[in-house]
Amino acid sequence: MPETQQAAPAAAPPAGPDGPGTRPAGRRTAVDGAMVRRAVADSFRKLHPRVQARNPVVFVVLVGSVLTTVLFVRDLPSATAAQSVFNGLVTAFLWFTVLFANFAEAMAEGRGKAQAAALRGGRAATTARRRTPGGTEEVPATELAVGDVCLVAAGQTVPGDGDVVEGVASVDESAITGESAPVIRESGGDRSAVTGGTRVLSDEIAVRITAPPGRTFLDRMIAMVEGAERKKTPNEVALNILLAGMTAIFLLAVATLQPFAAYSGAEQSVVVLVALLVCLIPTTIGALLSAIGIAGMDRMVQRNVLAMSGRAVEASGDVDTLLLDKTGTVTLGDRQAGDLVPMPGVTDAELAAAALAASRADTTPEGRSIVRYASERHGAGADAGTAAGEPVPFTAETRMSGMDGERVSIRKGAADAVRTWVEGRGGRVPDALDAAVGRISATGGTPLAVASADGDGARVLGVVHLKDVVKPGMRERFAHMRAMGIRTVMITGDNPRTARAIADEAGVDDVLAEARPEDKLALIREEQARGAMVAMTGDGTNDAPALAQADVGVAMNTGTQAAKEAGNMVDLDSDPTKLIEIVGVGKQLLITRGALTTFSIANDVAKYFAIIPAMFSGVLPALDALNIMGLSSANSAILSAVVFNALIIVALIPLSLRGVRMRAGTAAATLRRNLLVYGLGGLIAPFIGIKAIDLVLTALGVS
Amino acid sequence: MSGAAWFQFAALIAALLATAPFLGRYMAKVYGDGEKAPGDRFFLPVERAVYRLCRVDPDSEQRWTSYALSLLAFSAVSFLAVYGLQRLQPFLPLNPVDLPAVEPRVAFNVAVSFATNTNWQAYGGESTMSHLTQMLGLTVQNFVSAAAGMAVMAAFLRGLARRRAATLGNFWVDLTRGTLRILLPLSTLVALVLAGCGVIQNLNGHTVVTTLEGAAQTIPGGPAASQVAIKQLGTNGGGFFDMNSAHPFENATALSNFVENWAILVIPLALAFTFGAMVRDRRQGRAVFGIMLAVWAVMSIGTMALEAGGSPRLEALGVDQSAAADQSGGYLEGKEVRFGPAASGLWAASTTGTSNGSVNAMHDSFTPAGGGLAMVHMMFGEVSPGGVGVGLNGLLVMAVLAVFIAGLMVGRTPEYLGKKIRAAEMKLVVLYVLAMPTVLLGFAAASVLLPTALASLNNTGPHGLSEILYGYASTANNNGSAFAGLDSSTTWYTTTMGLAMLVGRFFLIIPVLAIAGSMAAKRPAPATAGTLPTHTPLFAGMVVGVMVIVAGLTFLPALALGPIVEQLSL
Repeated sequence: MPETQQAAPAAAPPAGPDGPGTRPAGRRTAVDGAMVRRAVADSFRKLHPRVQARNPVVFVVLVGSVLTTVLFVRDLPSATAAQSVFNGLVTAFLWFTVLFANFAEAMAEGRGKAQAAALRGGRAATTARRRTPGGTEEVPATELAVGDVCLVAAGQTVPGDGDVVEGVASVDESAITGESAPVIRESGGDRSAVTGGTRVLSDEIAVRITAPPGRTFLDRMIAMVEGAERKKTPNEVALNILLAGMTAIFLLAVATLQPFAAYSGAEQSVVVLVALLVCLIPTTIGALLSAIGIAGMDRMVQRNVLAMSGRAVEASGDVDTLLLDKTGTVTLGDRQAGDLVPMPGVTDAELAAAALAASRADTTPEGRSIVRYASERHGAGADAGTAAGEPVPFTAETRMSGMDGERVSIRKGAADAVRTWVEGRGGRVPDALDAAVGRISATGGTPLAVASADGDGARVLGVVHLKDVVKPGMRERFAHMRAMGIRTVMITGDNPRTARAIADEAGVDDVLAEARPEDKLALIREEQARGAMVAMTGDGTNDAPALAQADVGVAMNTGTQAAKEAGNMVDLDSDPTKLIEIVGVGKQLLITRGALTTFSIANDVAKYFAIIPAMFSGVLPALDALNIMGLSSANSAILSAVVFNALIIVALIPLSLRGVRMRAGTAAATLRRNLLVYGLGGLIAPFIGIKAIDLVLTALGVS
Repeated sequence: MSGAAWFQFAALIAALLATAPFLGRYMAKVYGDGEKAPGDRFFLPVERAVYRLCRVDPDSEQRWTSYALSLLAFSAVSFLAVYGLQRLQPFLPLNPVDLPAVEPRVAFNVAVSFATNTNWQAYGGESTMSHLTQMLGLTVQNFVSAAAGMAVMAAFLRGLARRRAATLGNFWVDLTRGTLRILLPLSTLVALVLAGCGVIQNLNGHTVVTTLEGAAQTIPGGPAASQVAIKQLGTNGGGFFDMNSAHPFENATALSNFVENWAILVIPLALAFTFGAMVRDRRQGRAVFGIMLAVWAVMSIGTMALEAGGSPRLEALGVDQSAAADQSGGYLEGKEVRFGPAASGLWAASTTGTSNGSVNAMHDSFTPAGGGLAMVHMMFGEVSPGGVGVGLNGLLVMAVLAVFIAGLMVGRTPEYLGKKIRAAEMKLVVLYVLAMPTVLLGFAAASVLLPTALASLNNTGPHGLSEILYGYASTANNNGSAFAGLDSSTTWYTTTMGLAMLVGRFFLIIPVLAIAGSMAAKRPAPATAGTLPTHTPLFAGMVVGVMVIVAGLTFLPALALGPIVEQLSL
């Protein structure tokens, strides 16, 4: 990924052809020396048969390793030196195969474990001030029950998940989200949820506990990143069945080979048969399968998304329909000045000057957008003729802001407030104002009237048209989605005409206008009825049913507790656009699995060409014609195949942790590309690899 | 390969392309849901009479479990009927040459063989079975075991096509309609054509004649044309005579040879179009047809070329083995000079690609590689184009497997025809894929360890191993063709091959019905640009790749010690 993209701000993650962007942070930890050391130690710990039994393919290798070890030791006194070296090396590389599989899994778990340790550190024993009928009492956070109300003052840690029932406070949630800017939490509404482990920075709030100790968000988060509750996902289970089936077929092929070999007068040693078996069974994918799954979850975590289950991550790759809220997802959350409509008798420049003057001190995004728009159209000094004055801030009562100069006062604000202000100063409001305001409202815009008053009285100068602005880059993203066969539906409370206009501008496929929460739920059910899988984001309590109904429901971390409970993912950054990345991560996970399965199976062809002639050309010289790689000796051929089989696991660990590169495109194009790389590549690579290892082994004089 | 060989090959493909799509669409109407089918005016009353007689309610649909139980019950009764007829034939009519009762173990093997649509013949037809046994036992089974296979396919296709359904149709209805509307009319037609070509059709016993040399010769008689027609159309393959379709009374002329070869292939190939029509996506049917035809064509050309090529050893001696006006050229041992190496190779590929198993030449005498190709063609699971019904089932299971492996690579949970492939389906697919190799390799390996089994061999060394592998490949795939040279009438072979046939039939059919049941219940996802297309040449190539890799990886070690080493040693 180019430098420029790494430098891109987190709020607008790169959505280039690479699909989900990789965060620099993820890269840094990937080559952490301490993590590798821990993973090496874990590789040995995982040799426990109970751990191994979960993975049928690797378990067969383990059994084979034990068997060859026994045979190696048994035959040591009687065998020739060359034979012992061969037996020993085959045995060693069988053990390496098992250890490499364990290592891959340990590496994948490493990042999560490190993160979990950090989270645990932040959860140091907290005490809570629980409210009692008579006052408050100090209790350990672990003794809180659901329904208890605790007081948390500035500088204290929130003892558990809950809702703010009294007060307003700024809270530092960096322990959970990694975002250092404090957020406001207040009682009532959609900003009332607080998370245990976060810190109150100012003021005091009363929190009603909603989660029992041990089941808080932080606890679940730790369990999740650590993989403690990791269950196999549906697709992983299905793939495991296939791998077990293939292992059974190869067991059959190898077990029946010995009688055929004996019939042909070429009975084989058990070590050679085990070597053949291990080379044939799909060890590559078998070894990397769980690492791929863990890494997929981890890629979500790196994007600050907490998936409550691997199943949800997998489901996100299958999504057919994305429901996107207009505000904050498709459009910027704030409206921006897009037009100035002067009243009759007022020039464009006059209106621009007044609007600029009224907004100089206005630091809201809307205010700044007016300054920018007016400056662009009429020059930065357009208001030079208007004398400077005292800024008048916006208040909820006046619903206007502006400035009071020595000679002239200027106001901008809601049309009816401005009308009252003008009429209160004896001015007349032209009919054109109502017309302009009506027109702007009808297209979904927000009208801001601008008026001035001086010694001669007050008059309305015109209207600033605040428009919804589609986020930059969204059009391209939706085009990518469409290429991947994903339908995007924008959801908005706007009227259908406005909604359609924004939808067309953003390039979404469909729109649900004047949507109420129950409409959202109905739309999801409808999509699901036609077989589509639906993803959506939400934060309010009234989003909860839809979040629960959707196949992938991403709750915003800023949202209510109910929303977070209902969804199967939580976005700690509370960025609804991330839904698009989440789909990418899900797809990448499945593609990586498929690619390595294909690669693993395709590898077998070359292994046959190495091992079959090696086994039989001694007795049946005609079979030497199959030794198309020209391997130097029977022992070297078999050993090379076993070594290749072990080393390819290590070589593919980075790929399985990082995931296969994903590009937007139709399924047919993606398949063609991946089939070429991993199918054809998997067919050819081992021919080259085995030959190279054979050359090295021969040069070393090992066999 | 000579020009005449290419001409035969091209003419056969042309005849198949001209007929299969129409037949396929007609069969889709026969098995389709609720539509009217051609010929209702004639067939419906007959069917209603059959249902009344058998007390079947044609409108009651079955879940996959009762469908499977009906099939099993029907097969069990079929087995008992054929077994009984053989054992009791001396006491029954139409036994003009007073043949004795068939020995129990042979009768067991034959009953299994015909009830499973295998038609492996551990007996000599004209010298073992009475006319009654042939007509009422074997010929009846030729119809109904084929119709049962097609019924399973109809249920499978309904499972793929239906959305959120619990049932798959009614076995008894499918069995009746398949027999009455497809097999009976077609085989009547083919029987008439064959009889016209000179294939015999009478109820005579043996006729003893004095030849020109003055020697006495026994000439057998019997209703051959009618049995030959259905043995080819229903991919049965059991010959009326021991020499099967190499016998001039079963296969009289080049034209009858062509018609029989067409009859072997036409229904299995046409079913690809039935599939397309029933899942309401003709492109899917064409893709499956393409896979079947392509694999069959490659195997045909390979076998024909190998047999026409002659022996490398003779070539080294400077012998002219090319086809010319005065010689058919190529490898002629075990072949009819009437047909020559090309027509024999073409037939071999056709009979092993389907589960037919009739032969017009002795595969044991083919070049090692040519015989090996016939063996490999069966080891693919007989899907190119496969037995009637069961071949299409096998190919679709391979397609599901291909979807599962490669479908992940497009970044979605694999789905076929919009239905997601989950653990439940994969379990059944794995069972399906495991069954045939298990019995094939298992029994073959046991055979080479048993001295009594080895005593049956005509040859030693790699060719002996090929004979054993071929025998179990043929029985485990319900093919029925024999790599003569192996005396399979011993207790060991009649028993184990009987078991192989049972496993090869029912351990495949039951998982298929279970897959059908679980697919029928699913709600298909809409096809989008993100869905893996399953009608493209790329996907077709992938299915072939999966098929070749699965069979190749399973059987290559055994094949290396049989046909491969034998060919390389020439």
